[in-house]
Amino acid sequence: MAAVTFPDTLLDIANGQREVEVTAANYRELLIALEEQFPGMGDALSEMAVAIDGQIYQDAFLEPLQANSDIFFMQRIEGG
Amino acid sequence: MAEAVDYKHVGTRPVRPDGVDKVTGRAQYGADPILPGMIHGRILRSPFAHATIKSVDLSRALDMPGVFAAVSGADFPGGVGDDAVPGESKGTMSDLAKNVMARDKVVYHGQAVAAVAAQTPALAMQALKLIEVEYEELPVVLDVREAMKADAPLLDPTCITKGMKEAPEKPSNIASVTTFNRGKPDEGFAESDLVLEREYIVPMAHQGYIEPHGCVAQANEGGQATVWCSTQGHFDFRAATSKLLDMNMADLKFVPMEIGGGFGGKTVVYLEPVALLLSQKCGKPVKMQMSREDVFRATGPTSGTYGTAKIGLKKDGTIVAAQIWMAFEAGGFEGAPTGPAAMAVFSPYEIEHFKVETFDVLVNKPKVAAYRAPGAPQTMHAFESIIDEAADQLGIDPIDIRLKNAAKAGTQAPYGPKFPAIGFIECLEAAKKHPNYKAPVPEGAGRGVAAGFWFNVGMQSSAEVHIAENGTITVVEGSPDIGGSRASMCIMAAETLGVEYESIRAVVGDTQSTGFSNTTGGSRTTFATGMAVIQACEDVITQCKSRAAATWGVDDDQVEWEDGQVIPVAGVNAELKPMSLADLAKSAHKTGGPISGRASLNAQGAGASFSVNFADVRVDKDTGHVEVVNFTAIQDAGKAIHPAYVEGQMQGGAAQGIGWALNEEYIYNDAGVMQNAGFLDYRIPVASDLPMIDCEIVEVPNPSHPYGVRGVGETPIVAPLAAIGNAVAHSTGVRINELPLSPPRIIAALDADK
Repeated sequence: MAAVTFPDTLLDIANGQREVEVTAANYRELLIALEEQFPGMGDALSEMAVAIDGQIYQDAFLEPLQANSDIFFMQRIEGG
Repeated sequence: MAEAVDYKHVGTRPVRPDGVDKVTGRAQYGADPILPGMIHGRILRSPFAHATIKSVDLSRALDMPGVFAAVSGADFPGGVGDDAVPGESKGTMSDLAKNVMARDKVVYHGQAVAAVAAQTPALAMQALKLIEVEYEELPVVLDVREAMKADAPLLDPTCITKGMKEAPEKPSNIASVTTFNRGKPDEGFAESDLVLEREYIVPMAHQGYIEPHGCVAQANEGGQATVWCSTQGHFDFRAATSKLLDMNMADLKFVPMEIGGGFGGKTVVYLEPVALLLSQKCGKPVKMQMSREDVFRATGPTSGTYGTAKIGLKKDGTIVAAQIWMAFEAGGFEGAPTGPAAMAVFSPYEIEHFKVETFDVLVNKPKVAAYRAPGAPQTMHAFESIIDEAADQLGIDPIDIRLKNAAKAGTQAPYGPKFPAIGFIECLEAAKKHPNYKAPVPEGAGRGVAAGFWFNVGMQSSAEVHIAENGTITVVEGSPDIGGSRASMCIMAAETLGVEYESIRAVVGDTQSTGFSNTTGGSRTTFATGMAVIQACEDVITQCKSRAAATWGVDDDQVEWEDGQVIPVAGVNAELKPMSLADLAKSAHKTGGPISGRASLNAQGAGASFSVNFADVRVDKDTGHVEVVNFTAIQDAGKAIHPAYVEGQMQGGAAQGIGWALNEEYIYNDAGVMQNAGFLDYRIPVASDLPMIDCEIVEVPNPSHPYGVRGVGETPIVAPLAAIGNAVAHSTGVRINELPLSPPRIIAALDADK
């Protein structure tokens, strides 16, 4: 199962859980699973970037996940 | 996967194709278009830093001969909502609308209140004096520490702090809080051998682009319009303007002109919606341009900050715990770069316990905008200064203490993921081996070291590659060229196609001429738009192979592309004569028509870029003047497509960072009026202030880019603030933790130390 880590800003929606494990074949399935587990999480994540196995995606969608993928949600990066 | 390979074009330094027009004055910038019947717009700006607007009366201005249109906030369509602003800008559309033209309140001195368009600039200036605005002044708050107090004057009475565990019941000037934690910082500090805690202050600073904002807008009676302007992102400008004016976006074309510097500051619309609204009112093309004073008073600088840093270390230099608390000036509307500031500060290091808190605080100053590596220079100035002071106290070389704690591939970044291949250790090792570092510190000088970091981004880009009838090539990109990207695109196209650089020219397409592209910012263009160009070239190659196969009567897989020509695969059809791109273009009318490739993508996997800077400075203890004797910038570029441009980014960022460290600051009086709104008094470095910035490009390829590219534009401004500060400390023996290190501040610190 993919290991998902939430930042401080999402802890309220995640009922205080910093880390959860989710079974999902790709990022879209992961979002659906997280929304089912934590209602409101889908909206909150729509404006966030995600790191999948160290690779940062500003706009992930169908990126495949491995059985042991590490997922970190993070603020979107801006720049000058 | 990028590999160390010998490239023919990547890594070369051809002359930039846009250079001749720029140095001869032929290049056309934002305010250069001249259209038949064009008139001139000017903005009336608030004389108060905080006031309610009781009324605006445009009638006397409109009655003046030679005036064709006048507008105030009431003339803009309402209901833009609180959606996020398109592009790199932070904040909501409703705040953007008020920043473009105030409605019922002004929140900083110089905020736009009304505008006129008249036959000449002089008549427009006269007409501004006829606009009657009734204000009711409100108390002003300029300092984040004052603004955060419970009894501070409120800029926005509806502002409830976001990011708190429990939302506050009362409004305040704190728009949001960002926190990052790892481990148990208190326990980490308790088990440290050395703990330091210091205050750090960084002033508000402007990007200092040489070309002020300027545009020309032309609306017609059918609802269509064109805007020529100076922008880092014409697609995002189109989106913002169409929302602000409630226009059908299909009717609106934005044409990006040459840009005389942006650095993040030209990611925000200011004049464009106003000029277009004036043009809609009178049917004439309207030109608007800012003075330098306008630029200072009313466009986004980056945040000034007040904060504290704390570090705990073992005697051997291992950082056990770290903490940053920092309040950022947002200006009159929320949107300081507190998120990336918090995420960046500890990124160069492996630290077991840390805590970061950053605050987005409303003050009566212009709304901040992006500026190279937004937020990182402020937080990293604090941490790169305190780690240096700790190294002094522990008797450890400043590069060695960074090497001991350096992040590497597999290190868990403070913001979550584990780093892939990164080049921080390589930069530190390059610094240690550099002749300038091995050389003794010059007589009477002090040396300072600091590290820099930026995440970099990819995002959406589009490109087309058109093959002319003789085989020459036009690349069309959707990214405004700020740092030489047209040449870099041509290099990558030449490398991919296997043709000569001179056969390719690149242009930046307007919003109706190429596919959507995000703003040029975040150090993304060479990485992301470069990938689009590479893929568009690969599309061309696929088409060429298919046409050659049809011509030769063989299957597509019997054809290969090599050195700019189609050849039969090795071992079969050896009698077939290779065809060059020119051959294929010449016969294109028989094989399906013109050859064009295209690609649109959302690039992922931008590799982070680390840097190490060191400087030797000499301080005149009688005058407080700081002479930068030498400055060395070392940075991981992944792979430098055009090394001279990479060095240009490193040198430019260093110059801006040195200016921020030594002289640049916004000076306000108590009423919130900036006192130094011009380049005579807001002192950016000029050539005679600086030595040649020595550069060394480190290349640890980014595995996510075909040629290994990492963005390079942001990182160079991060390290100079602390590198200069640390050098001044070593030169004088006194640590001064408030920037800029201007002569009066240095003299005061030296006097206090006597």
